[in-house]
Parts: sequence; structure tokens; C-alpha cells
Amino acid sequence: MRHLMKNKVHLFRMAGLFVVGFLVFAGARAVFVPEGFGVYGHYRAGALEDNRAFPLVHAGRAACAGCHGDEPEALKASRHAKVGCEACHGALAVHADDPAKLTPKKPDAKTLCLVCHMANVAKPSGFKQISPEDHPEGVCTECHDPHSPADAPKPAPAPVQKEAAK
Amino acid sequence: MTTRREFVGKSSTFLVLSAAAAAALDNVLEGTPEKAPGYKKADHWWAMIIDIEKCIGCGNCVRACKTENGVSMEPYYFRTWVERYHVPAGNPEHPQVDSPNGGYDGFPEKYKPGDGSKNFFVPKLCNHCAHSPCVQVCPVGATFESPDGVVLVDKSYCLGCRYCVQACPYGCRYIDPKTHVVDKCSFCYHRITKGLTTACCETCPTEARQIGDLKNPADPIHEFLRTHKINVLKPQMATGSKAYYNGLDGSVR
Ligand code: HEC
Ligand code: HEC
Ligand code: HEC
Ligand code: HEC
Repeated sequence: MRHLMKNKVHLFRMAGLFVVGFLVFAGARAVFVPEGFGVYGHYRAGALEDNRAFPLVHAGRAACAGCHGDEPEALKASRHAKVGCEACHGALAVHADDPAKLTPKKPDAKTLCLVCHMANVAKPSGFKQISPEDHPEGVCTECHDPHSPADAPKPAPAPVQKEAAK
Repeated sequence: MTTRREFVGKSSTFLVLSAAAAAALDNVLEGTPEKAPGYKKADHWWAMIIDIEKCIGCGNCVRACKTENGVSMEPYYFRTWVERYHVPAGNPEHPQVDSPNGGYDGFPEKYKPGDGSKNFFVPKLCNHCAHSPCVQVCPVGATFESPDGVVLVDKSYCLGCRYCVQACPYGCRYIDPKTHVVDKCSFCYHRITKGLTTACCETCPTEARQIGDLKNPADPIHEFLRTHKINVLKPQMATGSKAYYNGLDGSVR
């Protein structure tokens, strides 16, 4: 016992080393581990807010109905009921936020409708598709109302040739 | 018989453990006040249902996702993309798959009707796995499963080391050429936490993809999961994927 106490300076050195080591560790940890790390898990809690902070680009169909009346009403009762406004009109959060900032262009029906309705073997067979060669000629919106497409295409179309041939 | 010493030992262990459990529970129940009130992370568990039988391959989701999230146009990267499968007659194990520009410009007709083949579209995106391989390999904790079940990226903390890009079995991650850190689908976290649907679901004309909250008993996702034959991609990898597919053909990888 006496022998041990005689060399106790070793013990104090060791203890001192531990204390210094711990302080270095604690200091480094405070510097390198960012704020909020570990609150929910092995990540920065603030990252959740960062991810939430992105601005909206699509307003959502509910927002359009806040100002526009006829189109949402017509759409709801039509075969396009499930098609959102921005599926055809494009992202319009800026317009919905402040209509003065951006007046949306009217979609070009010449290209728009066929994005969805162009016949393709990979499309589900229940989905209404057309091949423009077999369909009455003209811009789609001349006969179909985009917001209410199935309701009696306006002018009586010329009989479709291919169908007449059958 | 329990001696007094054993009793004291056990009860102090119990006290220490329950203090730890209480601290953990506090975090789970959001002991930390949130900056934006009204949305409680603990009350949600997000998932997506994808109905292959309804997908018409219009590419609306791909375009909407790119505009909503500022996904790089050149070179082409995707948070979500659509694949076209062509399964030749009598050869169900060897489909031909293509995805021109990820489906951004739609799918010009390539196959003939009536050749006995099976053709369909498969939209893909981050599967928001509950046990994500990508999260497990991140060396710094820059990607994580959020308390509401969304796999997110901490872009200010990501090193751009690319481990997660390799670890994802579904190929859903890429290095953003502008920021040089990783980017991926976030289930439009900035939208779903504000009561909106994702950009892809908002613009999907056929409800082929729908975001759902598994912790909300009134969410139609429960009805859908119950009434359809559901599968996930690569179930053998046990990733806990939360992209639930209806009508998923065995040829889809
Ligand atoms: C805050 C009210 C408001 C909201 C919300 C709103 N709009 Fe508008 N919208 C207007 C007004 C006002 C105009 C007319 C602006 C003009 O002519 O400059 C307009 C014009 C338009 C036009 C052009 C009409 C034309 O004659 O060319 C389209 C298309 C349109 N809105 C679509 C939408 C869609 C889609 C949404 C939903 C994303 C939407 N709007 C949301 C107020 C709104
Ligand atoms: C199927 C595609 C489609 C959908 C869905 C759609 N629109 Fe349109 N919308 C069009 C097209 C195409 C035009 C241009 C019509 C034209 O050129 O006469 C248009 C025109 C408009 C106009 C201009 C009004 C006019 O008659 O000139 C407004 C406003 C508008 N849409 C609002 C909406 C709103 C609000 C919704 C959602 C409730 C919506 N649209 C959904 C395709 C669509
Ligand atoms: C974003 C995709 C999309 C676009 C763009 C689109 N449609 Fe549709 N259309 C649909 C869907 C989905 C249906 C519903 C099909 C169903 O119920 O089976 C539909 C149904 C229809 C129908 C009714 C078919 C029937 O008799 O049941 C017509 C007609 C139609 N669309 C015409 C148009 C025209 C004209 C345009 C261009 C202004 C257009 N569509 C643009 C998705 C689209
Ligand atoms: C000259 C008028 C006219 C024009 C232009 C026109 N359609 Fe039609 N469309 C019709 C008529 C009439 C029907 C209903 C008869 C039928 O089923 O063929 C119809 C039916 C449809 C249907 C339902 C098909 C089905 O199988 O039930 C779709 C989808 C459609 N049109 C889309 C379009 C698109 C897209 C365009 C533009 C490329 C377009 N139409 C241009 C007159 C027209």
C-alpha cells in the first residue's frame, strides 16, 4: 500500500490526461456536431424545416377554385373530373398567389390533348385514345370543350372515313 | 424471494431506464416545439400507391416534378420517371424496357398493337423505405428517415460522397450537377406538410399515383391497399419500401 502511494504522481498524471482528453473531446464535439443533431435521430433536426421551406410551384386545384368558378364547376361534372387544372395549364402558383404577376397562357390544344390521348399500345385499353388520322380533323377544342370534353362535341363532325369503311 | 438489495437494484435500473424512455418518447411525441404549428410529424406516416393499370404514360408527373423541385434539365436527372415495359409473347421473364428522357416528352409509339406482347408503363420514384439502405450507408447523417416516414436529404450537410447513390437498390438518387450534393424525391415534403398533395399526384390525370397517410384511418389509401393485390419493388431486399404498386408485373425490376 505504502509502495503504491509513493508513486501516486503517476496516478495524478493519468487523471490529468483523462481530464484534458475529455475537454478536447467535448470541445471538438461542440464544434463539429451541428445544432439539433440527434433530436429525432442520427441527423440534424433542422433539416426537416429546411426541406419544408421550399417554395410552392404548383398551387393545387383547390386554389384555382377559390377565384375561378365556371371551369372547376364544369370540370367536376365532366370526364376530366380527375384531371387537375395544372395538369393542362402547367404550374401556376405564382398566378394563384397574385394574378397580376402572371397571366397564364392558354394551353395549345394542338399539342396538349394528344399528350394524354394519343393512341399507344402501352396505355391501359380502357383509357380513351385516338389516332389523329382516324379522328375528325381540326383542333381538338373546336369540337371538345377541354373543361367538359364528352358533352356532345359541338359541330356534327364529318363521318370518320375509316369507320365508315368498316 | 426477492431480497431487499435485489429489489433496490432492480427498481433503480427501472427508474434509469424509464427516464431514458421518457426522454426518447418526448422526441417521438415532439417535445421540441416545431417552428410551424399545425403539422405534427408524429401523426403522419407517408406512403404512395401507384396503380400501373391506370398509368397512361403522359409524363405529367415527370414534368411537374422537375418544375416543382428544380430538378436538373441538362443532363437529364430525375426524382421520378416512367418506364415502358414491352414483354414479348411467350417470354415473360425478359421484357424490353425503355424510358426516353424518363418519359418527359411522353412515349412515341414504338410497338405494334396485336403482336401478342404485353405493354405497360411503370412510374418510379424513391420508395421511401422504412429501412433504407441509403440511410444506413451515409457516413455523416445527411440523409435520414423522418419521423413521418419520408426519406430526406440534408443538403447543407451532405458531403457528396455518393455512397447512398450506390446503395439505393432502385436507382433513385443522383448527384445534382449544380450543388454537387445528392438529390432525390422528397415526397414533396414542402407540400404534404402543408396539406397539399405532391406535384406528381396533383398533375396525374388518372389517379395512377396517390400519396397517402398510413396513420390517418380515414385516408383512402387503406381501402386501396385492402382491395387490391399490392406489391413493392424488390421485396427480397427487405427495404420496407412504401411505394405500393397495384398490378406490378413480375417482369418489373
Ligand atoms: C387570386 C385569384 C386567382 C387564383 C387563385 C387563380 N386565378 Fe386564374 N385568373 C385570375 C384572374 C383575375 C385572371 C385574369 C387575369 C388577366 O386577365 O390578366 C385569371 C386568368 C386565368 C387564366 C387566363 C384566362 C384567359 O382569359 O386567358 C387562366 C388559364 C387561369 N387564370 C388559370 C388558373 C389556374 C389553373 C389556377 C389555379 C392554379 C388559377 N387560375 C388560380 C385569378 C385567379
Ligand atoms: C384537359 C385540360 C384542361 C384542364 C384539366 C383544365 N383546363 Fe382550363 N383550359 C384548357 C384549354 C385547352 C384552354 C384554352 C381554351 C381555348 O383555347 O379556348 C383552357 C382555358 C382556360 C381558361 C380561359 C377561359 C377561356 O374560356 O378562355 C381558364 C380561366 C381556365 N382554363 C381555367 C381552368 C381551371 C380553373 C381549371 C381547373 C378547375 C382548368 N382550367 C382545367 C385546358 C384545361
Ligand atoms: C393530362 C391528361 C389529359 C389531357 C391533357 C387531356 N385529357 Fe381528355 N381525358 C383524360 C382522362 C384521364 C379522361 C378520362 C378517361 C376515362 O374516364 O376513362 C379523359 C377523357 C376525355 C374525353 C371523354 C372520353 C369519353 O368519351 O369518355 C374526351 C372527349 C377528352 N378527354 C378530350 C380531350 C381533349 C379535347 C383534350 C384537350 C383539350 C384533352 N382531352 C386533354 C386525360 C386528359
Ligand atoms: C370535328 C370535330 C372533332 C375534332 C376536331 C376532334 N374530335 Fe374528338 N370526337 C369528336 C366526336 C364527334 C367524338 C365522339 C364520336 C366518337 O366516339 O368517335 C369524339 C370523340 C373523342 C374521344 C373519345 C373517343 C372514344 O373512344 O370514345 C376522344 C378521346 C377525343 N375525341 C379526343 C380528341 C382529340 C385529342 C382531338 C384533337 C386532336 C379531337 N378529339 C378532335 C369530334 C371531334
